[in-house]
Amino acid sequence: MRRFSIALGVCALALVTMPAGVDAKTFRYSTSGDVIGMDPHINNEGPTNTMKGNIYEGLVHRTPDLKVHPSLATEWSNPEPTIWRFKLRQGVKFHDGTPFNADDVVFSFKRVTHEQSEMNTYVATVAEVKKIDDFTVDFVTKGPDPILHQNLTLFYIMSKSWTEKNNSVNPVRGATSEIYANRHTNGTGPFKLVERVPDTRTVLEPNKDWWGKPTHNLTRAEFKPITNNATRVAALLSGEIDMMYPVPLQDVPRLNQTQGVKVMEGPELRTIFLGFDQERDELVASSVKGKNPFKDVRVRRAFYQAVDIDQIKRVVMRNAATPTGLMIAPGIVGFDPELNKRYPFDPEAAKKLLAEAGYPQGFEVQLDCPNDRYVNDEAICLAVVPMLARIGVKVNLNAQTKGKHFDKIGLKEKRNTAFYMLGWTPGTYDGHNALYNLMVLKDKGSGAWNSGAYSNTKVEELTAKMASETNQEKRLAMLKDAFRIHKEDFGHLPLHPQALAWGVRSEPPASTTPTRPKRRVGVGH
Amino acid sequence: MAAYILRRLMQAVIVMLAVGFIAFGMFNFVGDPVTNFIGQDATPEDHERMRAALGLDQPFYVQYARFAANAAQGEFGTSYRLGMKVSAVLAERLPATLELVFAAAAISILVGVPLGVYTGIHRYGLLSRAFLTFSLVGISLPTFLIGILLILVFSVILGWLPSFGRGQVVPVGWWSTGYLTQSGLRSLILPAITLGLFQTTLIMRLVRAEMLEVLRTDYIKFARARGLTERAINFGHALKNTMVPVITIMGLQIGGLIAFAIITETVFQWPGMGLLFLQAIQYADVPVMSCYLILVAMMFVLINLAVDLLYYAVDPRLRADRGAVRGRQV
Repeated sequence: MRRFSIALGVCALALVTMPAGVDAKTFRYSTSGDVIGMDPHINNEGPTNTMKGNIYEGLVHRTPDLKVHPSLATEWSNPEPTIWRFKLRQGVKFHDGTPFNADDVVFSFKRVTHEQSEMNTYVATVAEVKKIDDFTVDFVTKGPDPILHQNLTLFYIMSKSWTEKNNSVNPVRGATSEIYANRHTNGTGPFKLVERVPDTRTVLEPNKDWWGKPTHNLTRAEFKPITNNATRVAALLSGEIDMMYPVPLQDVPRLNQTQGVKVMEGPELRTIFLGFDQERDELVASSVKGKNPFKDVRVRRAFYQAVDIDQIKRVVMRNAATPTGLMIAPGIVGFDPELNKRYPFDPEAAKKLLAEAGYPQGFEVQLDCPNDRYVNDEAICLAVVPMLARIGVKVNLNAQTKGKHFDKIGLKEKRNTAFYMLGWTPGTYDGHNALYNLMVLKDKGSGAWNSGAYSNTKVEELTAKMASETNQEKRLAMLKDAFRIHKEDFGHLPLHPQALAWGVRSEPPASTTPTRPKRRVGVGH
Repeated sequence: MAAYILRRLMQAVIVMLAVGFIAFGMFNFVGDPVTNFIGQDATPEDHERMRAALGLDQPFYVQYARFAANAAQGEFGTSYRLGMKVSAVLAERLPATLELVFAAAAISILVGVPLGVYTGIHRYGLLSRAFLTFSLVGISLPTFLIGILLILVFSVILGWLPSFGRGQVVPVGWWSTGYLTQSGLRSLILPAITLGLFQTTLIMRLVRAEMLEVLRTDYIKFARARGLTERAINFGHALKNTMVPVITIMGLQIGGLIAFAIITETVFQWPGMGLLFLQAIQYADVPVMSCYLILVAMMFVLINLAVDLLYYAVDPRLRADRGAVRGRQV
């Protein structure tokens, strides 16, 4: 059972290590937005998935070090390339007391692949789930899938009988009525949902019959979203909440100086980058007519070397960012510190490159940027404008709300952009996800967010090959190869993984690093 | 009289239809809700499927016609963000906003009127000047700043009052009230003061100006000559005559309070309709946004109607005029 004891949110650890003698207690935490519904198979949103992960469990789960560990499955194997066999845990009960078995897994697979589910992406490669006996299931994949178990952490298991009883067999949204499972839950996880008042509070209590061994001393956890940054900071300072995130960057030093409050920082898994349109023969909203300067690698390189990343880090991000040369963050499979080294900042070289490429006077281009999606997103773009002006490129900034931004650079408006900002977290914690979505343009479905239509056949071949390569070592080599080629191509202009800043009361454990996936707070695992 | 009300109600329906139309048209500019809520790994097919499921693949006028037809039957669809029926969400949030607005209005009257009377009577008193200076703060400082300052002082430094939320609420029928619990009342204080401060200073200045006006009139002089006590003169005669415009303004300001509540609710994470609306904008939750705007439009229409009817009841001249006009037409 030792394995499971590390399976715990950092936030909970912070409480565990409090001086002995403190009674078990309520843990109150807050983020900027509420979770959006408790049905485990409808919304696919980071913080919501984490909240659901306190209540529901998958066959496997991920610990703070991002490794995959058993949950409802005790062991698994990949006997044939297209078959994954999972042995299920026996004696597990749902919160309503009904026992868990293979039927629930088969049922949950059917439910998660319903047409209105957004969580189907995590089982997209699975053709069928077969019950072998009550505690053995086979996942039959459409093709070889070497990383299936990594994706299954967010495939939450529901009780077949409970959903049937409560008219929630199909995950339905947008209809005229609310589904029962939206505000009621019945999982197998370490916490039970006690109360949910949308936008006000979500209250959890430990599940005393949980199969695992809890390593926290909580008797109750209250999640209370606070939208306003200043109010959230105030609530932490006044002791009304024990932990909150995100901490506004400008408040970090102040909180660190306050007695009883600490800020825990670490890199997030989302990498922020800029991209160039390399497809059109003439850029949209640019002064260059009849040709596309970004098709020339020298121009892309000039942009890269003209961006003073250290200044962005220091001034815009207040040091809460780690400049990166890679499109994936540390912790993602495929990350390589060697590849992560950036090409040097060198505006003189950049100017020369531009001149060689035939733009000694520079040119004019529009930069599309969100203003409410990433940490200081618009500020980063604003900082890039004068940096590029130094090499003669006039950047017109078009910063707008995320919905409009993503429509514009996405497929909805057919990648209507010349130069854009985007951030990406590989949902599978694997570099292949970034390659597949951002850097290839091959088969249908790939490159959904390759908004500049970067395309290199070598990268595309490697991406396709690694998808079915079951030898993990060979696969890793392919991943690194693909990222190296992309880097030498200057396919994108990576900036930094966003920083994660949590404000906590009481002393955080010195030995723990806050590397929870994405920007999430889980009290369970 | 009945015909008058009917005509006003007809106008109200047209106003609300127009608001619905503008709101609906406007929301095409907040971005595609599907892009907003669907996960990043969703395929283009997922997007299309979701759009179709929500009816977003239809042209604008079809969407609006469907929305208006449903709305006429009291059916506003399901919130994209919360997965709950919009009518249920709004019904859940309405009490929070109205209780806050009511508390703010009460504060502004209970504080504003006495202060106005005091500063009206003691024109040159030191205290009066202090109140007037203070009222400038109330008028000039933006709401969110006042809220943050109050939080800083009373929650962070003194630790007396909660900085966010509504405390514990008690259901009374379909209404949920925070007036009956200690934590509910404690939570109410700061947001109510924040929201009510502007109205307080407005009422105070209004009462003061009216008092100064009235105290100069002949009948006050006569009252003095008759040897009435100061108290009777100030409150019995002067104040009573200043109240008519104050009541009018207060009635009209209720709508303003509901609108201003958006900012106060965001600062204090007050789970009312304003907060809901702001979050709906961020999420491109079109059904909630449209329904909220229509509801607010309806409130304004109703308040104005009520005010009109009150005039009609209070002021005999209005009735007489109308009768005379009608007479001439005949």
